[in-house]
Amino acid sequence: MKYVDDFRGAEACLAMARRINAAAGDRDYRIMEVCGTHTAAIRRFGIPGMLSARIRLISGPGCPVCVTSDAYLRNAFRMAAEKNVTIATYPDMLRVPAGGASLQDLRAGGADIRPVNSALEVPDIARGLKNRTVVFLAVGFETTAPATGILIQRAYREKIGNLRVYSAHKTIPPALMSLGKDKALCLDGFLLPGHVSAVIGVEGYRQVMRSLHLPAVITGFEPLDILSAIGTIVDAARHRQAILENGYSRVVRPGGNPKAKALIKEVFVSKDSLWRGLSVIPGSGLFLRKPYDSLDARRTFGLKEEDGYQAQDSGCRCAGVLTGRIEPVACRHFGKQCSPQKPLGPCMVSREGTCRAFFETL
Amino acid sequence: MTQKLIREIFASAFDNIYLRKLDDASVVELRGGRYAMTTDSFVVDPIIFPGGDIGKLAVCGTVNDLASCAAEPRYLSVSFVIEEGLPFDVLESVVSSMAQEAGQQRVLIITGDTKVVPRGKADRLFINTAGIGLVHKTLEAGMIRPGDKILINGPVAQHGLCILAARQGFESQEVLKSDCKSLWAIVKLLLQEHVDVRFMRDPTRGGVSAAANEIAQSSGFSLALIENKIPITASCKSFCEILGLEPLDIANEGKMLFFIGEKDASRALRTLRAVPSCRRASVIGEVLPERKAKVYLKTVAGGSRVLGMPVTEALPRIC
Repeated sequence: MKYVDDFRGAEACLAMARRINAAAGDRDYRIMEVCGTHTAAIRRFGIPGMLSARIRLISGPGCPVCVTSDAYLRNAFRMAAEKNVTIATYPDMLRVPAGGASLQDLRAGGADIRPVNSALEVPDIARGLKNRTVVFLAVGFETTAPATGILIQRAYREKIGNLRVYSAHKTIPPALMSLGKDKALCLDGFLLPGHVSAVIGVEGYRQVMRSLHLPAVITGFEPLDILSAIGTIVDAARHRQAILENGYSRVVRPGGNPKAKALIKEVFVSKDSLWRGLSVIPGSGLFLRKPYDSLDARRTFGLKEEDGYQAQDSGCRCAGVLTGRIEPVACRHFGKQCSPQKPLGPCMVSREGTCRAFFETL
Repeated sequence: MTQKLIREIFASAFDNIYLRKLDDASVVELRGGRYAMTTDSFVVDPIIFPGGDIGKLAVCGTVNDLASCAAEPRYLSVSFVIEEGLPFDVLESVVSSMAQEAGQQRVLIITGDTKVVPRGKADRLFINTAGIGLVHKTLEAGMIRPGDKILINGPVAQHGLCILAARQGFESQEVLKSDCKSLWAIVKLLLQEHVDVRFMRDPTRGGVSAAANEIAQSSGFSLALIENKIPITASCKSFCEILGLEPLDIANEGKMLFFIGEKDASRALRTLRAVPSCRRASVIGEVLPERKAKVYLKTVAGGSRVLGMPVTEALPRIC
């Protein structure tokens, strides 16, 4: 714990904040933290209050359940409603609403839905339910994709015939591209996610950052990590420099985790994917590659393409929140009809969701 | 959820001036004497855990609800709902730990009831208690004033984490021990020393966050807590870090939040720290003049944020 405390000392943090505020001078900065865990840490440690009002931290689309589309969920509901189908997925997914329902509601109505903490729990569930089809709803970024990869390889090798995977895995660099190019957002830099970077490394961002020409710093989750990354971005942005730095070298290696990267490449193929709030981002989705696509729930269940759905309007402004266009408080449902107990949109569900992070600390 | 249930179903149906305060116990006047009465049900899973069991928890929980009203616990009732098939030795050990705790606290268990239900209709053992205590001093959230200091008698989050670890089968159960303890002795000590105690609340379910928010709401004043003054053991802190839990949201069963008049705060702290089990007692915050009923937390990093009511239960059936 000593190790963590070193990155939390109030004296060091406040000194760093003062240095940033002085360096910021008389212009405004808009810095996006892409990762939901960063959003939660920034709020939890009270970082916005330490910084001058000129530095705005904008929360991006970095929470797995938040960016999962309505259409994906409705496909999942359809499978869950079928006889002899068991759904396995991460606990947060159970509470995400779409079209007025959630997996939790379906479970209360009798559907067999199993929350799991790891993809690797799914083979045992499937083996125990020989005459049911077990569908794993695979969500998350480069962080959870390798575990799904192992699951897929195992199911394929061990011929677990009743296991299917419905992948909504997404990759971060294409989303950065889309956000960085957005004129309305007008970003000055990115705080790059610590966990995703542990997998893809500094190299994973090289190409995107070269074409965006913005400062970007990989950082950890302690207040001093986050503040020093903000300091680096402010300095670079003031001099209109594009930099790509690794401020989390105690965890992130330049090349990332080669094993995990190879696994993703072996099992998945990149295709266009629908993100909530960001619409379709080219090459941002991970889909099952041959020969593993025999396990793809899309094929088995003949699921409708996700971008073929009409978006439904629940009045929730998740889309604006996910792209950093509005803060949660600007949504008229925030804290009223929409609360963590009864979320109207996905950003209120998970601890990494921007609305939930604001709700808990405002 | 429980909050909503209490407010919308029970409080509206049974409405009266005592219940309306929504305190842990209610104070009534009977023939010139002032008595506090409370009741509680215990459904903790597992029923035996490091640092205690459901029996000790039932006595301590009831004693502490009375103690938070400055009432000296005198008489308890105990009612058991036993699932068919519960081993006799388990029941015996639970009952003997109840008897031991009641004996130490000098409260008498003067009435009780037992029901055995068929297998599957209850989970091993549920205990309901009621308690009556003699009120030594009248305390109300309305007596809280700006400048009052907030004290806690020791490290937070031990009970909730111990139950979580025991249930998930984490090793290290030896390190994570419940803080389950009766608190009348230390409350009495402060009252005997004539410390200016304004209000008390035991931060059980929902932890310090829930208790602080409830008090802010019932007093109307905002509170400021200082994160690095709130004691926590190294093992609880590590456990929370690894699992991403907020220690202030986690249940305690042997802690009390004391609201003490500013002038008496350091004397209260000295008095508490002289008690062996309260060596880590600490002044963790104060009452602000602002009437917004919010709880602010000065974070370890030097920032500040609102400490909200915990929104989802980390675990059900912890007490």
